[in-house]
Amino acid sequence: MNQKSPVEALPELLAALAETGWMCSIAFLATVVFGIACGVALRLTAPGGLRPHRAFYQVFGAIINVVRSLPFLILLIALIPVTRWIVGTAYGPTAAIVPLALGAIPFFARVVENALLEIPQGKIEAAQVMGASTRQIVWKVMLPEALPGLVAGATLTFVMLIGYSAMAGTIGGGGVGDFAIRYGYQRFNTPVLLLSIAALVLIVQAIQTTGDLIVRSLSHRR
Amino acid sequence: MIVVDSVTKVYENRGMTVTAVDDVSLTVGSGEIHGILGRSGAGKTTLLRCLNLLERPTSGTITVDGLELVGLSDADLRSARQRIGTVFQHFNLFHARTVSDNIAFPLEITGVGRSERRARVAELLDLVGLTDRANAFPSQLSGGQKQRVGIARALAAHPSVLLCDEATSALDPATTEQILDLIKVVNETTGVTVVLITHESGVVRRICDSAGLMEDGRLVESGRLADLLADPGSRLAEQLIPVGRPTDSEPSVEYILSFRSESATEPVLSHASRELGLDVSILSGSVEQVGGRTAGRLRVALSRPLDGPDHDRFVGFLAAQGVMVSRP
Ligand SMILES: Nc1ncnc2c1ncn2[C@@H]1O[C@H](COP(=O)(O)OP(=O)(O)OP(=O)(O)O)[C@@H](O)[C@H]1O
Ligand SMILES: [Mg+2]
Repeated sequence: MNQKSPVEALPELLAALAETGWMCSIAFLATVVFGIACGVALRLTAPGGLRPHRAFYQVFGAIINVVRSLPFLILLIALIPVTRWIVGTAYGPTAAIVPLALGAIPFFARVVENALLEIPQGKIEAAQVMGASTRQIVWKVMLPEALPGLVAGATLTFVMLIGYSAMAGTIGGGGVGDFAIRYGYQRFNTPVLLLSIAALVLIVQAIQTTGDLIVRSLSHRR
Repeated sequence: MIVVDSVTKVYENRGMTVTAVDDVSLTVGSGEIHGILGRSGAGKTTLLRCLNLLERPTSGTITVDGLELVGLSDADLRSARQRIGTVFQHFNLFHARTVSDNIAFPLEITGVGRSERRARVAELLDLVGLTDRANAFPSQLSGGQKQRVGIARALAAHPSVLLCDEATSALDPATTEQILDLIKVVNETTGVTVVLITHESGVVRRICDSAGLMEDGRLVESGRLADLLADPGSRLAEQLIPVGRPTDSEPSVEYILSFRSESATEPVLSHASRELGLDVSILSGSVEQVGGRTAGRLRVALSRPLDGPDHDRFVGFLAAQGVMVSRP
């Protein structure tokens, strides 16, 4: 069989990486925004929170746990109709953003909730007795004080998204996962497969290192 | 002025009820520094947390500068709280903010403009002596410096009341004195009313005008320091200037003397013994600085019991010299 060399496959790999970058970045942004919103909602409505609401906390928490406990592949398939409704198609990198984000949001929401729980109650009370509103406490105290934990959690989530994106690739999501299936699994082109693995390792390392650097630069806040 | 009227706070946890504050009524006049002493678990913190409504009293009312707090709506309570500064034992500074931005926080949330904020922060940094640490983060400060930031932050919005819960308990003695002196200076220059909670009588001696004693949730005694010290039966006076327990000797010859100036010590006693022809021996007691003035309490024993007229002469003679006499 006439196989492509890694050099010949490089343009295709780069295109696949770009697709992975696209779907993961957009999914990551959506995850950060909605994950923070959900995490804050959980923290505020929890018993002892600023806006305790038992029913909301329990129902919302249960929904998040259900989504979190689904294996990503199953979520991916189950969400096909939703994706088609939002994006217009269930195939390609843009369509993959929907299940990626929905898979990562519940995880990140719990990360956010935990990071917010770490803030000493006294700081929140200090803001309260100065007359701060709940909104001001969230924006000016809780999120800034929790920032190092949030960045560490976001790094974790980004890496997880890259893993998920490879899985999305296998069912037509494009990106590096799709690339690896085509070369490594369908054509047994091991050198090209290894090249794609190396690229993924490098990307994950870069993300982790960047995240760690940011957390360290925030260390004076602890 | 703070008026606490019949405040009770009951906690209920899994069938267990704890009455942390039990029917406390208390008035602290404007510009006064009021200290609340009491053993651990007496309910001091709970009472203070009721004053800024971090805890909602189970019953009773709290009036600050004529405004009753317990019945306020959330929005009104928020603006009322801006008139009450709180200093915490563990500082509770925002670690993501610099010293300046911590101090600016109360102004930020009330929408004070940037330039006005900056001017006020500079003023407060100067007051607490931290101008050179303006851009440091709290984690880069010592405990005493952190508490200075805490005080500056509490004062930023020009509160009329400053509440301090064990504000110096995490600090060493020298730093404690600096912080107390700072509170005193602030009180004198701004006229802010201060309520401070402590378990150290030294704190009360150093800066308070009046004090209260809490026990099992109740305020068992309170009043101006001068009045408390003049009252021989006062347990607060006993904490401020201990004379100790009665001795084994004949109780009928024991007296407690209290005085508020230096002139009234040894010479007065020797005069009295010459006048009345009896020996006065000091059994115990001490002389302390209270509110910047000397005050003392002594337990003395006379060489013989005094009958009615002699007793009156003894009391009258000492009273003329500014010494209060009473039976233990
Ligand atoms: N949230 C709460 N739930 C139940 N009981 C409480 C709560 N807070 C305080 N208590 C109880 O109320 C009582 C008074 O506590 P408080 O903290 O006011 O005492 P304190 O005088 O400040 O003591 P310390 O000097 O140790 O700080 C204690 O018996 C305490 O266990
Ligand atoms: Mg306490």
